[in-house]
Amino acid sequence: MALPKRTNPSSVTSAAKRKAEVFSSSASLKEMEALAKRMRRHIVTIIGKAGSGHPGGSLSAVEIVSTLYFRVLRHKPQDPQWTDRDRFILSKGHAAPLLYTVLAECGYFPVAELATLRQLDSRLQGHTDRNLTPGVEMSAGALGQGLSFAIGVALAGRLNAQSYRVYVLLGDGECNEGQIWEAAMAAAHFKVDNLTAIVDRNRLQLDGWCCDVMDSEPFAQKWWAFGWQVIEVDGHDFTQLGRAFTRAKKIKGKPTVIIAHTIKGKGVSFMENNPDFHGKAPTAEEVEIALKELK
Amino acid sequence: MTEVVSLREAYGKTLVEMGRENPDIVMLDADLCRSTMTQFFAAEFPERSFDCGIAEQNMIGIAAGLAASGKIPFASTFAVFVPGRCYDQIRMSIAQPKLNVKLVTTHGGITVGEDGTSHQSAEDLALITSFPGFTVIVPADAIETVQAVRAAAASYGPFYIRLPRPKLPLVYDRSYRFELGRAVTLQLGGQATIIAIGVMVTAALEAAANLKREGVDCRVLNMPTLKPIDEAAIIAATGTGAIVTVEEHLEHGGLGSAVARVVARHRPVPIEFVAIKDTYAKSGKPGQLLERYGLTTKDIEQAVHTVLKKKGG
Repeated sequence: MALPKRTNPSSVTSAAKRKAEVFSSSASLKEMEALAKRMRRHIVTIIGKAGSGHPGGSLSAVEIVSTLYFRVLRHKPQDPQWTDRDRFILSKGHAAPLLYTVLAECGYFPVAELATLRQLDSRLQGHTDRNLTPGVEMSAGALGQGLSFAIGVALAGRLNAQSYRVYVLLGDGECNEGQIWEAAMAAAHFKVDNLTAIVDRNRLQLDGWCCDVMDSEPFAQKWWAFGWQVIEVDGHDFTQLGRAFTRAKKIKGKPTVIIAHTIKGKGVSFMENNPDFHGKAPTAEEVEIALKELK
Repeated sequence: MTEVVSLREAYGKTLVEMGRENPDIVMLDADLCRSTMTQFFAAEFPERSFDCGIAEQNMIGIAAGLAASGKIPFASTFAVFVPGRCYDQIRMSIAQPKLNVKLVTTHGGITVGEDGTSHQSAEDLALITSFPGFTVIVPADAIETVQAVRAAAASYGPFYIRLPRPKLPLVYDRSYRFELGRAVTLQLGGQATIIAIGVMVTAALEAAANLKREGVDCRVLNMPTLKPIDEAAIIAATGTGAIVTVEEHLEHGGLGSAVARVVARHRPVPIEFVAIKDTYAKSGKPGQLLERYGLTTKDIEQAVHTVLKKKGG
């Protein structure tokens, strides 16, 4: 029996990719704020259209992810497999609409494609699929796996003497998973200082407040005790986020975690701090109200 | 007497040789380097070796990240922990994205022996073959192990290779050429076919020799690649009118199940399954356990007689 011939998909190159340029943006604070609003409108609209999805944890991390893609990462939207790119790994895979939105805004694929979220044969699956969507680094959605994956990517960069950095976004509810702490221990042990984790600390998970479901306090001290540099910021403040990423780059010999304090459902009054909108789509009426608030 | 050789050691030494040839080969283990024999690689290539401690789930994720970045990670521990302890991590971090990770586990089956149920692995093949796109190999001796490990490194995609704890007699000589996805005919015969895998191949050959003395002429196949399975060889085996499968695994979800699917679809003939019945094994010496749980030469011979009766009737 003949086996199908298998080749490494990332080895494929094309003339178009060779010409691709590093993404650059000189967006002002005002423009970043406008971008964040636009992204929130996309998120609410596409989840509403899909009729299912997780708006709360997408809205909470808009400033984190837009800061990364527009101000921190070296990446090429026309060549998603560029070997020297900085990597962003979304571990909390249910925030896929957020990632798709920022990728579309950067030009990885047309903004119009966002409307296909969760449809059969769409490249935009309910949770991320690294083999389907340009710019998606990891198939995620089963929580707790992204930090380990990110360590592997960071170690490969070190072995290859490549200068790229690896960023991984975790949810605070996700940090209930034991694998996160296995990985936290390993990242410090292997001294992966080209790795920055960001925790979207919105304090809510599906069943309610994190402290009621599974209290993880003292949260920052846990990371510190595992050997990480800890930076705490307001996760909706572009200036604080930018400074934190700059500081994290300079920390040597250990990984850094940025604990970004956020509001779940940020920007939509009836979704803010409301666990009902962890994994529930807004109705058409609710989308309309939300879009008015996000004008 | 046939030479008895460690498959684990063959793996460990092959990994070092491949490490010398290819700088992209990296090794991960979960605090069992001395048992899985990845210690040889760790000694020669410390910078490419990642002992993840007793944290198998994290090891799987790190291996996936390395593979996604162009490395060829070989991750090893006991077969009871991978896939058992990391089913979801293998599913989402390796199998779904079809990443180039090679899982080579040791201490497969019940011949682990005295350590008992917690360390025996009779379910791993059912779990790992359930993942779409995984190639699964169970070598029968050290010579096949060397070549299977090399084939895994040379072929892009996720692999699982299961090795046993005990040393095994050589089934092959140096002229053997392992081919991915191909069964190997070890003995020609026309009355029934014995299809065996892993540590059971030697017992299958012994059973066939005993049966021959009784005037029963059996074909013997080794099926080193459990997935994707060699359908053509199985379909050809139905020509003998009776099949016996032999494996050191639960009857559910292993070689027998895979063979039965092919036979049922193409040309139903009676099949008997020499495998562990629906139970957990206990502590004991490997030989005692094989006897207690129905995996001896005698059990294979009996299964051939049973299947021949069904064929005749």
